[in-house]
Amino acid sequence: MAQLNVKISNLELKNPVMTASGTFGYGTEYADFIDLERLGGIFVKGTTLEPREGNSYPRMAETASGMLNAVGLQNKGVGYFIDHIYPEIKDFGTPIIVNVSGSSIDDYVACAEKLIDLEKVPAIELNISCPNVKEGGMAFGTSCKSAASVVKAVRSVYPKTLIVKLSPNVTDISEIALAVESEGADSVSLVNTFLGMAIDAEKRSPKLSTITGGLSGPCIKPIALRMVWEVFHAVKIPIIGMGGICNWQDAIEFILAGATAIEIGTYNFINPTASIKILEGIENYLDRHHINSVTDLIGQLEV
Amino acid sequence: MLDMIVRSNEQLNYHNYLLKVSPADNSPLPVMKPGNFVQIEVKDSPNTFLRRPISVNYFDKQKNEMWLLVQDIGEGTHHICQSKENDILNIILPLGNSFTVPINADENCRLLLIGGGVGTAPMLYLGKVLQGQGFDPTFLLGGRSSQDLLQLDDFERTGTVYYTTEDGSKGEKGFVTDHSILQDQHFDYIYTCGPKPMMMAVAKYAHEKNIVCEVSLENLMACGFGACLCCVEKTTKGNLCTCTDGPVFDIKDLLWHN
Repeated sequence: MAQLNVKISNLELKNPVMTASGTFGYGTEYADFIDLERLGGIFVKGTTLEPREGNSYPRMAETASGMLNAVGLQNKGVGYFIDHIYPEIKDFGTPIIVNVSGSSIDDYVACAEKLIDLEKVPAIELNISCPNVKEGGMAFGTSCKSAASVVKAVRSVYPKTLIVKLSPNVTDISEIALAVESEGADSVSLVNTFLGMAIDAEKRSPKLSTITGGLSGPCIKPIALRMVWEVFHAVKIPIIGMGGICNWQDAIEFILAGATAIEIGTYNFINPTASIKILEGIENYLDRHHINSVTDLIGQLEV
Repeated sequence: MLDMIVRSNEQLNYHNYLLKVSPADNSPLPVMKPGNFVQIEVKDSPNTFLRRPISVNYFDKQKNEMWLLVQDIGEGTHHICQSKENDILNIILPLGNSFTVPINADENCRLLLIGGGVGTAPMLYLGKVLQGQGFDPTFLLGGRSSQDLLQLDDFERTGTVYYTTEDGSKGEKGFVTDHSILQDQHFDYIYTCGPKPMMMAVAKYAHEKNIVCEVSLENLMACGFGACLCCVEKTTKGNLCTCTDGPVFDIKDLLWHN
C-alpha cells in the first residue's frame, strides 16, 4: 500500500483528499453519506467576525458542466462557530480548517485570533477571493499589495498553519502567490470561483440576485489546473489544488501539476460520496504505478 | 443515496410522467413522509450539471416502491422523463421535512389540500397519509385546462375533490383561490403546493381567515441537503434552507404578508 500522508507546512494530513469550503457545510451535512474520518481534512464554511445573512435569493444558476453561486458568506459568525458548531464537529477525527473572511484587515485578524485556541483547528484558510461580497473578499486577493497586507497582519497574530485561498480573477496568479508567500503564508489553495454571470433571455434579467457570481464545477478545471501549474513554478510553499475535481483522474492531474493536496468542491453536491471514491482511486493509481508515496507524484508532470 | 430501478414510466399528459421506482438491490426504502423530496442524478445531459429535486408523489411500503411525478420542463427533467423500464436512476433520499399531520384533532377536523399543476404531486401522498389517520381530506386541484389535472382516480379514492381550470374545461373556471368552496365551506388546515403566485394567494386567504396553512416551496437548489445554502427563503428566523428547514413551511414563519 502506498503512503498517502502529506504535509502542508506543520499540518500533517493522513491523505491529500480534502473538501472545499462552501461546498461541505460543517461536515455534518455529509455524515450520513461518508465516514468523515477518512478525509484528509475538512474546510468548513466561510466564517466572518460578525454574522452574515448572505445575499438575496436567487443565489444559484446552473451552467453547462457547472454552476454559479452568489451565496455571499452566509454564516452565524465566529463566536457562534466556536460555541455551537465546533463542539459538534471537533471529534470527526480529521483536521477542521476554518475558512476566514472579512470586510477589513481588522476583521480578518480578529476572526483568526479567536480560532487560535481551538485544538482541532490546526489551520485556517484566509479567503481573499470570495467574489460575492461587496466589501473585502476578492478585493484583497486581486492586488499583490492588499493580499500581502492582509496576510502580513494575520501572520503576526496567528501561529498555526496559514493557508491563503487565491482568486483566479487576476492577470497573473503567480504574482499574488509570491506576494503572500513572502509575507509568511504556509500554503496557498487555489482556485476560488471565477466571476461569471447568467441571463434569462426570456425575462431579459440576470439569473442571480447579485447579477454576477462565482463559477465552479468541471467547466473551470482546465483553467484551475493551468493556474496550479503556474503557481507551482513560482513558489516554494505547498499548494492545495482545486477547481472542478470530480474523479480520481482529475485529482491526480492536479497533483502532477504541482498540488500537494486537493479539495473536492462543487461535485460534492452531485455525488456526496465523491471524496471517498476519489481517495480510493488515488490509492489504486499509486499501487498500480508502484509509487511508494503520493508525495513522489507532486509536480511530476513530464514535459 | 440509492440506485433505483425504474419499474414503470407512464406518460400522463403532454409533459408529465409518472415514474415508479424501487431500490435496484431490493433493499427496503427508508420511510418517506409526505412533503419529503428526492434528488435525481441526470446522466448524459451535456447542458445540465445538478441533480433534479422531485417531490414524493406516493410511497408504497408494501411494494417497496416510490412514485415520482415529473414535469418535462427542461433538459434535466427531459432526461429523467425519457427513462425506460429497468433503467437505473441514482437518487438521494429522503430529503427535507414533511407536512404536519394534525395530532389529537377530532375526525370532523376539515383539511384542505390545494395543488396547482405538478404541485399536486405531494398532495396525493399527504392525502393518503391523512386518510390513513382517519381524516377525510378535501382536495382542490387547479390547472390551465382539464388535461393538466393528473391522477384524478387516485385523488378521488382518497377524499372529496374539487377542480378549477383557467379555461373552464373542468370544474370551476378560474384559479384555485377563486373556487366557491373557499367561501362556502370552513377549513381548519390548508396544505398547498404549486406555482409560487398560487401559494402566495392561498397563504393570503389562509392568513385573512386565520387558518393554519403549510406551503411546500421549490426554491432553486444545488445540493438538497443543506450544504450549498443556495435555496434560502427569508423567514422570521432569518434565511432558512428550503431543502433542510423546508420544503414545508408554516406561512406564519414566512415574510409573504409584510
